[in-house]
Amino acid sequence: MSPVTNTMSSDTLLKVEHLSMKFGGLMAINDFSFEAKRGDITALIGPNGAGKTTVFNCITGFYKPTMGMITLNQKSGKQYLLERLPDFRITKEARVARTFQNIRLFSGLTVLENLLVAQHNKLMKASGYTILGLIGVGPYKREAAGAIELARFWLEKADLIDRADDPAGDLPYGAQRRLEIARAMCTDPELLCLDEPAAGLNPRESATLNALLQNIRAETGTSILLIEHDMSVVMEISDHVVVLEYGQKISDGTPDHVRNDPKVIAAYLGVEDEEVEEVIATVEQLEGGAN
Amino acid sequence: MANIENSAGKPDAGLVRKGLTEALFAAVLSFGMFVLYVGLKTDQNINNELIIVQRWGLLAIFVAVAAIGRFAMVVFIKPNIDRRKLSKAREGELDISTEKGFFRRHFLKISLIALLLYPVVIVALVGAQGSLKWVDNFGIQILIYVMLAWGLNIVVGLAGLLDLGYVAFYAVGAYSYALLSSYFGFSFWVLLPLSGIFAALWGVILGFPVLRLRGDYLAIVTLAFGEIIRLVLINWTDVTKGTFGISSIPKATLFGIPFDASAGGFAKLFHLPMSSAYYKIFLFYLILALCMLTAYVTIRLRRMPIGRAWEALREDEIACRSLGINTVTTKLTAFATGAMFGGFAGSFFAARQGFVSPESFVFLESAVILAIVVLGGMGSLTGIAIAAIVMVGGTEALREMDFLKAVFGPDFTPELYRMLLFGLAMVVVMLFKPRGFVGSREPTAFLKERRAISGSFIKEGHG
Repeated sequence: MSPVTNTMSSDTLLKVEHLSMKFGGLMAINDFSFEAKRGDITALIGPNGAGKTTVFNCITGFYKPTMGMITLNQKSGKQYLLERLPDFRITKEARVARTFQNIRLFSGLTVLENLLVAQHNKLMKASGYTILGLIGVGPYKREAAGAIELARFWLEKADLIDRADDPAGDLPYGAQRRLEIARAMCTDPELLCLDEPAAGLNPRESATLNALLQNIRAETGTSILLIEHDMSVVMEISDHVVVLEYGQKISDGTPDHVRNDPKVIAAYLGVEDEEVEEVIATVEQLEGGAN
Repeated sequence: MANIENSAGKPDAGLVRKGLTEALFAAVLSFGMFVLYVGLKTDQNINNELIIVQRWGLLAIFVAVAAIGRFAMVVFIKPNIDRRKLSKAREGELDISTEKGFFRRHFLKISLIALLLYPVVIVALVGAQGSLKWVDNFGIQILIYVMLAWGLNIVVGLAGLLDLGYVAFYAVGAYSYALLSSYFGFSFWVLLPLSGIFAALWGVILGFPVLRLRGDYLAIVTLAFGEIIRLVLINWTDVTKGTFGISSIPKATLFGIPFDASAGGFAKLFHLPMSSAYYKIFLFYLILALCMLTAYVTIRLRRMPIGRAWEALREDEIACRSLGINTVTTKLTAFATGAMFGGFAGSFFAARQGFVSPESFVFLESAVILAIVVLGGMGSLTGIAIAAIVMVGGTEALREMDFLKAVFGPDFTPELYRMLLFGLAMVVVMLFKPRGFVGSREPTAFLKERRAISGSFIKEGHG
């Protein structure tokens, strides 16, 4: 797809408008809109089953949304309508990389090979789509060495350099999570989408993950969009939090704003039966004030 | 295993008792299994009446073999293996830490030299005429299957796409050569690459509709594709002459030198006595070169982005897509590359036989090639070559076992038991080496040291 004309402000990286996703009779996402700014860490939170992963799958092309528009605004000024691109081109051209809630590594390949697979498109071009590389002509040899250097860079960042030649399936859980992030970064993305990166990590591993994510943003300028349940991660590192419940946005703002939003508290903690009226009244009052 | 310690000398009484019970159990089991198949046999007597022949002696042999085998296994072999493992573990010796011997380290070089010398040695040993059988039946026949299995390995072993119709590409290659050489008179050296290209084209044609399918569904569709090609060959009689096949296909030439009795023929030109062995030896080196080409390309491709993408596709297709890999073209290239080598092998087959008919391309051939890939260990070239030697060489060797007639009577034809041998070999290998002869995987790139990856981490693919 050719880039469309620029209609949004240059610091908005991702703009999701009126996104809806229907599975049969189930409305998984209903008219959901939000924006992610360039260079920000945006968190998407919500109770289980709220539709967070569905939003991710729509953004990364694994689902085709029923309605809505997802626009990605690259640094170079090019714009891509993600809902119209097939999944692999979203990574290849629009430069959106993702990780998965249940880790998806190439377990029978070594850690290093995992990172080399991520640089597939670059290396394919360098090898003249295999043909030139097969007969040893062209820049493939130099590019392959460069790919290994890039892999080494990310292995050092993710603290996996000692395990580079081990099969990815042999790594402990926390290391597999870091490897998946390093692999996504090897595709050189502008937006990195992380689906519950801290799930199953102990507090120390979560702290390492926080440091890694902040380091990624500081050094490469990559924006991050993450789904997370671990509030220590969300509140500490994110600049902007979007809360989703039953497929609808219930809150959107800074971590402090979201933390004190009664709707969010109600969604997460639930309320006693006799308090329902009170909460609804507060909510209506707030909404009235906002309007 | 408390009795490992004291079983160093004589097996103790408890172990013998255990062995006897297990032997009795095995005897009962084998009696139950064989009593109807071996103990009783239906036959016709001289008046064409159906009678039952009782073969209690043969049944007793079967039962005794099972019982004695089980007893020996429990009392002698098992403790012995355990003891050896224990002493190895005590010495702190691990399989991976042991230094490989000279033979294992230079295995590939040694086997290549052995293959290059093979026809020369055979001719020196049994003479030109006697060498025919050894070079043709054992040499060329095995190498054709090695090449086919290496070609299928790209699709099944690397990309993890289960293809049950691989023989179709072999057929496309064979018929491309047979038809184009008999109708248009093109030479072997022109048609060899052409056959590969045609087969690759068919690989793409098959690949397109089946790309969305995975696992069992893919297997069934590829199986159907193989049958379609065969049925077209049978029924398109105007072109393919149907079940009669195409005969007197021109032979391959050595840079234009034909292998025949003419004045310009190979034997006359080099002042050698006339013999058909030269052509066979030439074909042996030709298929060896084709095998080496297949191996070289496979090894090179594995270290290129496309080969890594194939293996990544086998491990996890969704992750591949999330990394920007176009899985459609990646699958198509795997199909096309595998099919191309099948096509090469097919045109070689036609040139060697001088005759092709649809009968050579039945589903059983696909099954045999796939069995070789699975037995050898998916993805491993060495393992697959060993499996091809064992399976194809084994079935060829059955033809030679005339002495078995002395044991089982004069109507015993050993080659009819080749499928039994295949099944037995499958069961035995899968019991002891569930990942095939070579279950581990060599990484394609490394930072510090190249370590083989255990088969337990490698996925088989699902589509």
